[in-house]
Amino acid sequence: MKKILLVGNPNVGKSAIFSRLTGTRVIISNYPGSTVEFYQGHTKINDQLFTVLDVPGTYTLTPASDAEKVAVDMIKDGDVIVNILDATNLERNLNLTLQLIKLKKPMIVVLNIWDDTEHLGIEIDIQKLEKILNIPVVHTVAVIGDGIKSLADRIMEARISDYDFVDEQIWQNIGTIVNDVQKISHRHHTFSERLSDILIKPLTGIPIALFILFIAFEITRFIGENLILYVLDPVYNNFYAPYIIKLVNIFNVDILTRILLGTNTQAMSGFGVLTTGLYIPLVVVLPYIFSFYLILSLIEDSGYLPRLAVLLDNFMHKFGLHGYGTIPIILGLGCKVPAILATRILETKREKLIATLLILMIAPCMPQSAMIISILARYGFGYIALTFGIIILVGLLSGYFLNKILKGEVPELFIEIPPIRPIKLNLIAKKMWMRMQGFVYDAVPLIIAGVLIINILEILGVINFITNTFGSSITNILGLPKELVSVIALGFLRKDISISLLVPYNLSAGQLVISSIFLTLYLPCIATFFVISKEAGLKNALKIATSTFIVSLTLCGILNIFIK
Amino acid sequence: MIICVTDLQEGQTGVVKEIKGGCGIITKLQSIGIRIDKKIKKVSGQSFRGPQILKIYNLQLAIGFGMAKHILVEVKDK
Repeated sequence: MKKILLVGNPNVGKSAIFSRLTGTRVIISNYPGSTVEFYQGHTKINDQLFTVLDVPGTYTLTPASDAEKVAVDMIKDGDVIVNILDATNLERNLNLTLQLIKLKKPMIVVLNIWDDTEHLGIEIDIQKLEKILNIPVVHTVAVIGDGIKSLADRIMEARISDYDFVDEQIWQNIGTIVNDVQKISHRHHTFSERLSDILIKPLTGIPIALFILFIAFEITRFIGENLILYVLDPVYNNFYAPYIIKLVNIFNVDILTRILLGTNTQAMSGFGVLTTGLYIPLVVVLPYIFSFYLILSLIEDSGYLPRLAVLLDNFMHKFGLHGYGTIPIILGLGCKVPAILATRILETKREKLIATLLILMIAPCMPQSAMIISILARYGFGYIALTFGIIILVGLLSGYFLNKILKGEVPELFIEIPPIRPIKLNLIAKKMWMRMQGFVYDAVPLIIAGVLIINILEILGVINFITNTFGSSITNILGLPKELVSVIALGFLRKDISISLLVPYNLSAGQLVISSIFLTLYLPCIATFFVISKEAGLKNALKIATSTFIVSLTLCGILNIFIK
Repeated sequence: MIICVTDLQEGQTGVVKEIKGGCGIITKLQSIGIRIDKKIKKVSGQSFRGPQILKIYNLQLAIGFGMAKHILVEVKDK
């Protein structure tokens, strides 16, 4: 099957066009570098089936980051290149176009974000551009689907351009082309530009950033808490639990009741596959996943994320990262897996290592946070704040020392700041749906399997054996009951289950704080561990896991002395 | 008068006259849109030698202080 490659600068809308062409749903955001892996889909044009690849954005064919390297490697074995340009930045985007032309592959040029050219007073003569480059040129507004049909109709016309130039004179050639095809009329500052200036100037930008982060946190908490309290918990208790208990009891088989319903009827502590196994993911965790990703999507799509990165640049330098390092870290508040993948937007190995450690150590993932909040809530907000405060502090200190210890310098920030764009609710809804679906399909079965495994191990006496063999060391260092050693062992599978496993032990608030911190920091979960070893190699993944384990054991040992 | 882009006042505009440094940095800056004879407006500079926010027509860029030091611009004498 022939391969169509979507190639272009970062943040020109490649993923949006990909999604429109193939019907495949992918995450689209308004910041450069939202696609770090490639996505593949299929499309039928004139009854011929094509593979379409969404290539990560790149400015040139000489790559600077891993994501760009992925792009350049992929371009080499494509059959047709669909070169996507941001029509509002013709000149800058043509640099890649001319480099691509030199590859002598059939090509078509797409001028995306066409709607913005009008507000910006830009006029582009498409026919003329088509004539100069001698390849088809079309215009699109991919987010709303405008022009996609004419793109699909003309892909078959893609051809090898005969435009020729001397490499050293690429910019002179671009200059001539732009002068020929583009007219710019004078215009006034738009509202979004004024807003953009306010958001990025330190004097106004920093207070606004603090305000936005605070509001984002509060809204996430508010939506999550109330969904649980007023919707999901009542639904579970009134419309699900009584019926499932009746249903299972019909069979009246002891071991079946024990596994499916657990040791008691409490949703959190019984630990049955059909009770706690569903209550944790769908009642406690899902509402927070929903609220977190809702807020994240709004911040991503408005284009605020890169502005936040700029404002935090100086601060992040203390921890060995430039401002763009905040993006993977913020993603890590939701789930560590996409966060680790997002470290590809960083340039050096040193940065990636520090970013990975900060992602793991600065905060728990959202499912784990939801569980920590839910088990500590009855002791008051102070204990929740203490737990998160200690984790953030340890994360920052680790980054600070790592930056001092590791040789090398922090590279400088070098990014394009996308315009502030109005949020499109249907795009947000699509993205939310995908992320929630991801959680339900990937995490829920794992949580249920985890609960099942715990029950089987307990019935077989394995948990007792582990407890009696290794338990005493935990008791001594962390001041926790020795039974918790099995909880800790299982935390490697899913961290949210391990926190919920603390419920039946009637721990004191202090013990819950220590065990929550320990379970957050001690090891990455199994999915995260695999992604780290895929990205950085097994050896590095083991090194990272060992160091987080040592840090958390030392820290929680010390905390045990103080909190007592 | 030729000055460094970092010395531009907020809101001041200059025309790029020279990019000091090796091939690597020149190519990198060119690829993102900073070239000789381009008009650059400084939107703001973050304090404590923080990133410089530059605007070339409607393209906004954030560039580290050290890298921005390489860009020399001509400004009109007052």
